[in-house]
Amino acid sequence: MKGQAGGISVRNAGISFLASNRVVEAVRDISVEFSPGSFTTLLGPSGCGKSSLLGAIAGFVSLTQGQILVDQRPVHRPDGSRGVVFQHHNLFPWKTVRGNVEFGLQMRGIRKAERQHLVDEILDRVKLSTFQHSYPGHLSGGMQQRVNLARVLVNRPTVMMLDEPFAALDAQTRLQMQEMLLELWNGLKMTIVFVTHDVDEAILLSDRVLVMSRRPGRIRTDFEVPLARPRTADQLTSADFNRLKKYCLELLREESIADEGASEGELVELQDLEFTERVNR
Amino acid sequence: MADALVSSSPTLGNQVRPAKLRKKRLFVPAVIRCASLLACIVLWYLASTNKWNVIVNFENVPSPSAVCQAAVQLVSSAKFQGHLLSSVARVFSGFGCAAVLAIAIGLGVGRSKLLSDLLMPPLELLRPIPAVAWIPLAVLMFPNPEESMVYITFVGAFYPILLNTIHGVSSVDSNLIFASLTLGANRVRVFSDVIVPAALPAIVTGLSIGMGNSWFSLVTAEMVAGQFGIGYYTWESYTLQKYPNIVLGMIAIGLLGMLSSLLIQRIAWLFMPWAKLGANR
Repeated sequence: MKGQAGGISVRNAGISFLASNRVVEAVRDISVEFSPGSFTTLLGPSGCGKSSLLGAIAGFVSLTQGQILVDQRPVHRPDGSRGVVFQHHNLFPWKTVRGNVEFGLQMRGIRKAERQHLVDEILDRVKLSTFQHSYPGHLSGGMQQRVNLARVLVNRPTVMMLDEPFAALDAQTRLQMQEMLLELWNGLKMTIVFVTHDVDEAILLSDRVLVMSRRPGRIRTDFEVPLARPRTADQLTSADFNRLKKYCLELLREESIADEGASEGELVELQDLEFTERVNR
Repeated sequence: MADALVSSSPTLGNQVRPAKLRKKRLFVPAVIRCASLLACIVLWYLASTNKWNVIVNFENVPSPSAVCQAAVQLVSSAKFQGHLLSSVARVFSGFGCAAVLAIAIGLGVGRSKLLSDLLMPPLELLRPIPAVAWIPLAVLMFPNPEESMVYITFVGAFYPILLNTIHGVSSVDSNLIFASLTLGANRVRVFSDVIVPAALPAIVTGLSIGMGNSWFSLVTAEMVAGQFGIGYYTWESYTLQKYPNIVLGMIAIGLLGMLSSLLIQRIAWLFMPWAKLGANR
């Protein structure tokens, strides 16, 4: 039954922002289906609108065109069934690891005894039971992101979105986290939409990769990753992996040559604006 | 398992310091601080006993020993204690009212444009008026001097608390708000479970500045309009030419101000254990 939930259908989605009296088109006419329990990565250069699309599926960025359905119901606002893990540190600094993980259950009004049981279980899965009474400020980046995963997963979301969740981690920790994410997904089988600009990460993790164009973001290429599961870090050096990687890198390079008009500085600025837009809503 | 986790988190490893090292770390600064205080007293002693007269005239400044003698006599006297008690009572009632009102208004104004438009214009208009300038009108407005002095301390404490609360509320990290929304929080819970705790450090800053201001305002008010209180006592000592008592009054004011700030900090740590942990690092 769980395997059936979590289908996402994006129909002619367009997202525009008003930024210093200019309309900025972040995403243009994207239509794509995510099947329940699948692992899909949005791959693209920074500022290509992939985070905006993610925000729209989560429900805190509004569409200017089209609609998004999750399990046949249109998305209007964020809720606990669609969890998001951000790159930024956004654990509640005033709550312990346990308090952070318990938050979503409290919001849903689940009784204490059951909360305790669910939190224990998920902390065990992300191997943080020993640190449950620590405050986030005392944890390493990798541990903080494990708390983030646990905090979202304890709600048993049907869809989990991750926005460059491991970008700030060192290579070794990133690999560990990627393997842990695959393990968690394998156990819980939610639909995952993963945003990254790291080609290795995209291929290693996903069933399917959507390569996005520069702003305004459109889906340029949509391909399945034929590598066998379960995936491990060893596959990073296999011949098949390298062929795919080369293919992706070429696509991305073409994309950056195709549109060199927009300077990097401008894009960074636009990302910030996009962000304030979300806050003010 | 636990070993692997510790090794992946350098910050956690650093936290456990050998007791000896910690002791030395605390001991050396303590010696330096005591020496600094002692040097000030020695300087005061030299200046007052030799009656230095270079720009500043120390001829009428009582020596440390004279002040000590006065202290020994007075500290146990009911009259002096009465002055102290009435000042403390005024500060705590004025400051208490200011804290409750300023935090309540600040939380509202920081989150609601309507409340901000409604309440801030008159408050901004009154803000540049120092508490001391309220003394004449306060004496006229309140039925007895006691209440007018409590009002002056209230005014002194009110603005720093209000402005810091507004600042704390309006600068809450938007990532935390997103996180709570995607974890299923509604508007009320976002306010009570995210915005209020996130603003707490700024509120505490406001409280401790406000506490300093309320002592400052009270002492002035007591000197001008009081019949009891440590400020009145200090001024009375001047008119009665009991010079050592002036210094004693000043020291008492300094100590009371310091102790009340310390009290606020300690109470704050009870509510914000995470901030204390951060400060010790």
